[in-house]
Amino acid sequence: MIYADNAATTRMSAAAIDAMRSCMEENWGNPSSLYRLGQSASETLQNARERIAACIGAASGEVVFTSGGSEADNQAILSAARLGVQKGKKHIISTAFEHHAILHTLKRLEAEGFEVELLPVGNSGTVSASQVAEAIRQDTAFVTIMYANNEIGSILPIPQIGEICRERGVIFHTDAVQAAGHLPIDVKEQNIDMLSLSAHKFHGPKGIGVLYARQGIPLTNLIEGGAQERGRRAGTENVSAAMGMAAALEESCAHMAENAARVSALRDRLIAGLSRISHSALNGDPVNRLPGNVNFCFEGIEGESLLLLLDDHGICASSGSACTSGSLDPSHVLLAIGRPHEIAHGSLRLSLCGENTEADVDAILKAVPEIVDYLRNMSPLWKDKCSGKKEFIL
Amino acid sequence: MALYSEKVMDHFRNPRNVGVIENADGVGEAGNAVCGDIMKIYLKIDNDIVTDVKFETFGCGSAIASSSMATELIKGKPLEQVLQLTNKAVTEALDGLPAHKLHCSVLAEEAIRAAVKDYYER
Repeated sequence: MIYADNAATTRMSAAAIDAMRSCMEENWGNPSSLYRLGQSASETLQNARERIAACIGAASGEVVFTSGGSEADNQAILSAARLGVQKGKKHIISTAFEHHAILHTLKRLEAEGFEVELLPVGNSGTVSASQVAEAIRQDTAFVTIMYANNEIGSILPIPQIGEICRERGVIFHTDAVQAAGHLPIDVKEQNIDMLSLSAHKFHGPKGIGVLYARQGIPLTNLIEGGAQERGRRAGTENVSAAMGMAAALEESCAHMAENAARVSALRDRLIAGLSRISHSALNGDPVNRLPGNVNFCFEGIEGESLLLLLDDHGICASSGSACTSGSLDPSHVLLAIGRPHEIAHGSLRLSLCGENTEADVDAILKAVPEIVDYLRNMSPLWKDKCSGKKEFIL
Repeated sequence: MALYSEKVMDHFRNPRNVGVIENADGVGEAGNAVCGDIMKIYLKIDNDIVTDVKFETFGCGSAIASSSMATELIKGKPLEQVLQLTNKAVTEALDGLPAHKLHCSVLAEEAIRAAVKDYYER
């Protein structure tokens, strides 16, 4: 099997599995319990918190464990909105291609009377710091802009946006789910007030994430109950998952530069090879993108059939077609960068990690053109374009 | 894969009757590129009987499988039976489709009707 869907999830690292197993076998107490078994679990949890905090330049008290990236995004936005209301500020700035954990939460706030301004991301899929500066108003409650896009891999100018938000006194949240472990994060240096992480995107376990909230930013609870996480998130802590997350993040950060160099070389080979397919186009910026992200549109075919046939070749990938999204519309990210519906239906995302090899790239570069050809040969849309009845878009 | 039945995957992987009939007696198309599904059906008709049928499809796995199954269901059948083909019959023959994929079987029904209509209007 060739796994090329690391933006969806990653295989857990041996270090993360070992950390979890030893925690589950020996350190299974409740961190809230008074006896030594419980206190040992509490110390272990604190250890995980400190190590994760160190990876992102935060203090351990600023790190709250959540069930994952979506919960962290929800809590960050609802907390920032609550603070805005207290100051009479109800204007929110974000981008058109955020993850749905952000966009759907913003929709909810819009229904509650907030004004949400989604900045356009242009054809290359980014926003500039000056776009943000121009959008900030007296009544701007907060800015939430992703660190890197999950579909097309573009990396946003987070330090610059952070600087502007800090100057203007506006809370800045970033969804760093796709960036963590792959790009350097320093919340203090980059002026980030709130940040979301998800462990399973960097070879950690599923079901755990982190919300970093700068000291002095009070959080609104999504889950009420006990006093865990200093009263910011109730529920008995998943200590072993926290240990798995800490081990995975430390490992990813320790090998970040060498991994990025190796993986981006594989990525660039894939991009060069797939570019040879006629009437295809790379989505997103060719240079300013996550080391492992490749995203293409192939005219005249539909993404889901491409994925099913790739699966028959043992290749795991994803697509932004409507059929894979479970809705009638294709990916909002591809529409946001100006791809028409028809083209967005024919998209393929391959996301690599340090475990992928040159042989994987060779196999993908052999399979994709064959499958695209096969599907085009049975596509009436493709035939109409070839015969001149309809115009090529790409 | 749990998303689709074995039958759907079989018809997707080995679609029956793919292609074009030159000088077809009826040609019909349904769907559009914006929605991500287009089906085109070619019929050869002799004495009101479908003697040959071919299809071309731009679409997802269930769209291709629905086209393939629909062509199998109408091949060799008299036109009055062909016109009675419903999307339900296509879906059942495929051992079911996920709810959000049912429109694929509707497209097959529509494309076939359009092809028969084209035949009558010639």
